[in-house]
Amino acid sequence: MADGLAAASNRGGNARLAAAVALDDVAITFRLAHDGVYTAVERATLNVADGEFVAIVGPTGCGKSTLLNVAAGLIAPSSGRVDVFGAPLAALNLQAGYLFQADALFPWKTALENVAIGLETAGVATDEARRSAHQWLARVGLGSFGDRYPHMLSGGQRKRIGLAQVLIRDPKILLMDEPFGPLDAQTRQIMGNLLLDLWTTDRKAVLFVTHDLEEAIALSDRVVIMSAGPAARIIGDWRVTLARPRDISEVKLDPAFHELHRDIWHTLKAEVVKGYTQAESV
Amino acid sequence: MSTIRLIVLQALVAIVTIALWYALSTYPVFGHVLLPPFFFSNPVDVAQQIVAWFVSGVIWKHLWVTLIESILAFVIGSIGGVLVGFWFARQPRTAAVFDPYVKMVNALPRVVLAPIFTLWLGLGIWSKVALGVTLVFFIVFFNVYQGVKEVSPTVLANARMLGMSERQLMRHVYWPSALSWMFSSLHTSVGFAVVGAVVGEYLGSAAGLGYLIQQAEGIFDVAGVFAGMFVLAAFVIVIDAIVSLVEKRLLVWRPVAADSRP
Repeated sequence: MADGLAAASNRGGNARLAAAVALDDVAITFRLAHDGVYTAVERATLNVADGEFVAIVGPTGCGKSTLLNVAAGLIAPSSGRVDVFGAPLAALNLQAGYLFQADALFPWKTALENVAIGLETAGVATDEARRSAHQWLARVGLGSFGDRYPHMLSGGQRKRIGLAQVLIRDPKILLMDEPFGPLDAQTRQIMGNLLLDLWTTDRKAVLFVTHDLEEAIALSDRVVIMSAGPAARIIGDWRVTLARPRDISEVKLDPAFHELHRDIWHTLKAEVVKGYTQAESV
Repeated sequence: MSTIRLIVLQALVAIVTIALWYALSTYPVFGHVLLPPFFFSNPVDVAQQIVAWFVSGVIWKHLWVTLIESILAFVIGSIGGVLVGFWFARQPRTAAVFDPYVKMVNALPRVVLAPIFTLWLGLGIWSKVALGVTLVFFIVFFNVYQGVKEVSPTVLANARMLGMSERQLMRHVYWPSALSWMFSSLHTSVGFAVVGAVVGEYLGSAAGLGYLIQQAEGIFDVAGVFAGMFVLAAFVIVIDAIVSLVEKRLLVWRPVAADSRP
């Protein structure tokens, strides 16, 4: 927060706090192997306020994960700028925690070691990091699984460990790339509620990428829709005003939820269809 | 199949083979001894030779020499393989420059190096160690190289997002990944260390199991050759069992399915 304040005052004493993540006119292009350039994302502008939960939804291959990687500093945008709490992002965004879609745990470390490593890299003593990791394992409901290796855990349990691994560092921003994608429907719901619980106690800015519109509405404050790639753009931005705290399964029964879903789906559907026809024509 | 049944059947194979060997080298079939004892010896003589070695205690010295040579070859070859493997994997340009030479040396049948090593290092243990090192080095080198190269990009990105410095990446990501590849080839590299030692001894030495076999062969003592082979086989089985134990401890984090070796 202090960084944000300082940065904001640097910019001509603007009283408003700078956004946690601000993507300004960001384009991402990749050079193709032979010739030509592939434009993944074209002119995306997106602000995530501090403490705001924003979901990005779009058809498969629309470049939403690429956009997330730009916010993480893993990819540099080809043009446009990225600001984190008002300061331009030049390297990795170390104020952010990133939860990956694929398995990202260290397979040679136990669950406890996997969670503790986030603190150890920051210079926290091993004992202290482990004590904290114990607490985090308990918080994600895996208190007695500390000595298991990732391959001994289920997909959902691995995601919980991943969540603890990221949150133990207390990042100011949480970036999530279809984190519950590979899980079954029931586990997804449980993980969604767990995420909301953890987020409610300590509101971080969240950028949550998913292809599941229901999940996006149920979790977030804002839903951003991206068009089908290539040269994907942001084509819609809806505010979700459903009351918090929410329960994922209950909120889906809310009439306001259905109304919003129908509204957004109307826009999204066209893009999904476009995405499919483009995929087939390739 | 139950364990007991399996052990019984396994023992049966040995008993039948030895019985056939004994019968065919002792009793004539249609006036011919199918396995002339001059070439094939017979189980009784071989067993007597083995017992004589152990009773007189001469065998211990030779086992000890072969063991020391194997261990040294394994340790030196592994250290070299790990260092160069890491170096090449982290410096693709260096790797590209040396690539044809690495392939060339690796393709060379290592036995041809034995006379050179003997010339350079003498008849003592070091020429055998050197031969073993040339075998072990490449196995470890290729595995470590692969291990560093094939770290999952997601795991690597995750490590960087968790704030790891280059040194921490080495320690927490590249190193364990490389070691896991190296350990998965532990049986092969340890086996080759023994091969290097024994072949080196066979080609010129004053002690060791290879020397014992070579000496017996030199005086047409076929029983001695076979006895040496059996002692060597037992030696390798014991070492392999120890490696299996070590491997089980070191690779505890790996799923069982990945353990199955062809």
